Amino acid sequence: MAGHQSYEEQKALVVKGLLLLGTITIVEVIVALIAKGHMIPGVKFTHGFGHYLYMLLMIGFSIYKAYFIIFFFMHMAYEVRGLAVSVLLPTTLLVWAIIAFFQEGSSWGARRELIKEKDEQIVKPAPAGQPQGYLIPGTAGQTKG
Amino acid sequence: MADTSVTHAHETHEHDHHDDAALWEGGKEPFRASYGKLMMWYFLLSDAFTFAGFLIAYGALRFSMPTWPEADFVFASFPFWPGHHPLIFVTVMTFILIASSVTMVRAVQEGHRENQKGVVFWMFLTVLGGAAFLGSQAYEWTTLIATENMTVSQNPFGRHVADGVYLNPDGSEAKRENGQPLSFEKGESYILHMHGADITGMAFHDTEKPGEAMLNHEGTKIKYTTGPDAGRVSEASVGPKAFGALFFFITGFHGFHVFSGVLFLTIIMINAAGGVYAARRNGYEMVEKIGLYWHFVDLVWVFVFLVFYLL
Repeated sequence: MAGHQSYEEQKALVVKGLLLLGTITIVEVIVALIAKGHMIPGVKFTHGFGHYLYMLLMIGFSIYKAYFIIFFFMHMAYEVRGLAVSVLLPTTLLVWAIIAFFQEGSSWGARRELIKEKDEQIVKPAPAGQPQGYLIPGTAGQTKG
Repeated sequence: MADTSVTHAHETHEHDHHDDAALWEGGKEPFRASYGKLMMWYFLLSDAFTFAGFLIAYGALRFSMPTWPEADFVFASFPFWPGHHPLIFVTVMTFILIASSVTMVRAVQEGHRENQKGVVFWMFLTVLGGAAFLGSQAYEWTTLIATENMTVSQNPFGRHVADGVYLNPDGSEAKRENGQPLSFEKGESYILHMHGADITGMAFHDTEKPGEAMLNHEGTKIKYTTGPDAGRVSEASVGPKAFGALFFFITGFHGFHVFSGVLFLTIIMINAAGGVYAARRNGYEMVEKIGLYWHFVDLVWVFVFLVFYLL
């Protein structure tokens, strides 16, 4: 409960929250616009190491915003430990879900490429006189007289 | 009885701490939270999994595609301000939601002080914020559906998988007005409408701008000049279809949460104004519970914003 703080402290928290969340959002958008090449001509982080760094930064900022909202706006910091653990601990299952489903997604992508490749393969028509259809292993090249 | 148990739960809990039998006599609240508040937390946990499922599905499908629309190209319109303004409007939407979350915190704080007028005032501002967010989303959706022709089953936005050039119907290379070839680079964004789309008044209607080729009929041919498909002529295709469905379902599901939040906030605000919660003398707990829900809606937006607009 919020009874742990004085009224003035509570109001200060609100101002802090507004400034903090607002500032992080502005920083996020500015970094995003720089990374996508809209702010500084010639500067772009859309591939490789710079892109990974950019994504990590964005995820980090978002997790910090989520932490602030849960612990201070939703008062999780002032609830008993058991409540916090029973609500927050199950969300760690999502770590598994993210790893598993993203790996699965990449695999779908690889298969899509394979299927496209097979679709576009030009199959040479069998030369006249050669057997067509299923070949019994070991009998290739033999023709029935 | 039920009213007083909330405020006195802290004191009674300390006395018979070691008496297990007393635990079954009632009047004690698990985790020192009221039933309603605890259940709101667990509802929000389950809702977090629903949203996580949606967002992870987005990620999995995105990982499975060779290309994916670029957010700064797709979300670039702003009301009464023509032109290309990447991510500016969604930033405004984010600010609206943060502001309404802050006013909600104030409403809960005034509730703890049993200040009825304060609760109603700050809840009213929160309702306004929620309505403003919904209005912004209506604008965003209208632009995407009516002007840019994105629907749950159609997505005109995409990125080229290799360098190439657009071809005229007769097979020759298309030229820009200044005589340069109408070419594109790998990774460049495009918006491609199928036949019948009305492109007049489009923010992107400027083929001189690099990366924003506009085509509005079926059967447009392109020729790749790099990559494994170099030299091959193929039909220009619309972007990954799943993008439209994912966007409308996920932001729609979030928008529906905002909408129901605004309804509940309004009901609770009217009740608070009518003195319903003042009579309960439990520190406006109902306001605290809808406050939890409202902050959660803001929390989800943090991740929707991350996944759709930033990454």
